[in-house]
Amino acid sequence: MSAGAALAEVSDKEPGKVQPSVINKRKLTPYLLLLPGVLWLAVFFVVPMFSLFGQSLQTGSFEEGYEQTFRFANYTEALSTYWPQFVRSFVYAGIATLLCLLIAYPLAYCIAFRSGRWKNALLVLVIAPFFTSFLIRTLAWQTILSDSGIVTTTLNTLHVTDVMRFLGLTEGDRLLATPLAVITGLTYNFLPFMTLPIYAALDRMDPRLIEAAQDLYSSPWTSFRKVTWPLSLAGVVAGTLLTFIPAAGDYINAQLLGAPAYRMIGNVIDSQFFRVLDYPTAAALSFTLMASILVLVSLYIRRAGTEELV
Amino acid sequence: MSTTTEAPSKLAVTVPPARRPRGPIRWVRAHIIQIAAAAALFYMFLPIFVVVAFSFNQPTGRYNDKWVQFSTNAWTDFCGVNGMCESLKLSLIIGLLATLASVLLGTLTAFAISRHRFRGRSGINLLIFMPMATPEVVMGSSLLALFVTLGIPRGSSTILIAHIMFCLSFVVVTVKARLASLDSRLEQAAMDLYANERTTFLRVTFPLVLPGIVAASLLAFSLSFDDFIITNFNSETTVTFPIFVWGAAQRGTPPQINVVGALMFGISLLIIAVGQIVASRRRKV
Repeated sequence: MSAGAALAEVSDKEPGKVQPSVINKRKLTPYLLLLPGVLWLAVFFVVPMFSLFGQSLQTGSFEEGYEQTFRFANYTEALSTYWPQFVRSFVYAGIATLLCLLIAYPLAYCIAFRSGRWKNALLVLVIAPFFTSFLIRTLAWQTILSDSGIVTTTLNTLHVTDVMRFLGLTEGDRLLATPLAVITGLTYNFLPFMTLPIYAALDRMDPRLIEAAQDLYSSPWTSFRKVTWPLSLAGVVAGTLLTFIPAAGDYINAQLLGAPAYRMIGNVIDSQFFRVLDYPTAAALSFTLMASILVLVSLYIRRAGTEELV
Repeated sequence: MSTTTEAPSKLAVTVPPARRPRGPIRWVRAHIIQIAAAAALFYMFLPIFVVVAFSFNQPTGRYNDKWVQFSTNAWTDFCGVNGMCESLKLSLIIGLLATLASVLLGTLTAFAISRHRFRGRSGINLLIFMPMATPEVVMGSSLLALFVTLGIPRGSSTILIAHIMFCLSFVVVTVKARLASLDSRLEQAAMDLYANERTTFLRVTFPLVLPGIVAASLLAFSLSFDDFIITNFNSETTVTFPIFVWGAAQRGTPPQINVVGALMFGISLLIIAVGQIVASRRRKV
């Protein structure tokens, strides 16, 4: 962001001093290396955020064009209509993140400490399923959870669907087009974002620390709670952020595995842009999503007490 | 990554000495983590089995979601679906161009961050982190807002711009990690042996960073090739492969889509296997 300004500053200062040109060149080098990448991000990531904010305050219609009127009421109107979808997105993403943590932690632990010479092979296995297209994987879940599929019929026979219906996770005898299906898809699709950071944190850990704890007569559970867990916390925080954020904004799972009654905020933004063609409302919702995620992220970091992100 | 320690394997059989359950219960208690990990792997591979199996299906209806009978039609008549191969070609081209550009820009940025001290460093770090922490729907809609405001028509070029943008951060992080693990004494040794800066870079630094750049390229390509949300916001009527699949999900899914899924899985496994073999050969030499 400040690279341009800093660049100007450096080149302004240097000629005044009596310094060899080599040093001058060296001081410029980092800015020259940064310039193309940072410029690209500034123009196509930072500037668009301002356009989005600007668009969220406009009035008008798609046919007659939009006009900048700084109408902040767009936000209150959009939120009073679509707050249930916002809440639903955060609830689904929260549950999916928790499930990811429960699935990914033992997996990452196993790879880091119990895999021996199979470590690299196991790491490949963990990433490999996710090289197949996101959409194709989600469509495969559509097949797995389909009404006549083996999973649905088995769970129906075992009356598990009755329990899930009681919990509000499914509807009727179906698994597809229910919150359960959406959460299953979200959990599945963002699992590697949880597994890899936890693995990285555990892999950095010295296994002798666990041995030391056990030498001092701590039970396996206590040594996990007092040694392993705190040392892996940085990975857990990073994994939680990297899972929760894309899951909250996702609309592919809700579209392909859910039903219109379980739309997430991403579905609303998409349809406001492309079907309703109400750009200001869509932009206001999108900007609110960005802002609320920034707030959640900073709160989480403050509470978990780590600044180590990626 | 390849450092394997012997110590942890001893831990695998630690059982609390107080009360020793016998037989299968004892085995389950000792292997509880392995069992959980195996269950997780099963969950991860379940959809892949379905994708591969259903690529050999011959569906009767428009949707390929019920097993009818075995057939290799989808594999032999790969391009038989209207528009699919064209969309694949476009995705490959955009993926290659986006990889090339983002790896070039990202590697320069990574070098600047890890090899130089400069002002505004934390700001730059935040700028690089933010695209990874922003939901795709926000990035997609904000770019759409920019292009609409400036009156730029959307199509292949706007898709490419967007892909370079979101691949860039991942490239920087990957190359930076490789640079951080690099022993700077190797470069000092080269300099001590009278190599000038350019020779040191070309013969020592660059070869050592290359695996990181290769990894970043593969990551960037797969991110670009697989992106749907951001692409959808900036494509207008241009159809990349994920957009084709999205459309097919509403109109009817031909088994050829599963063939592409199975191929993507197979090809990436192949690339990884070749990479591992090359790496282990190098270690021996």
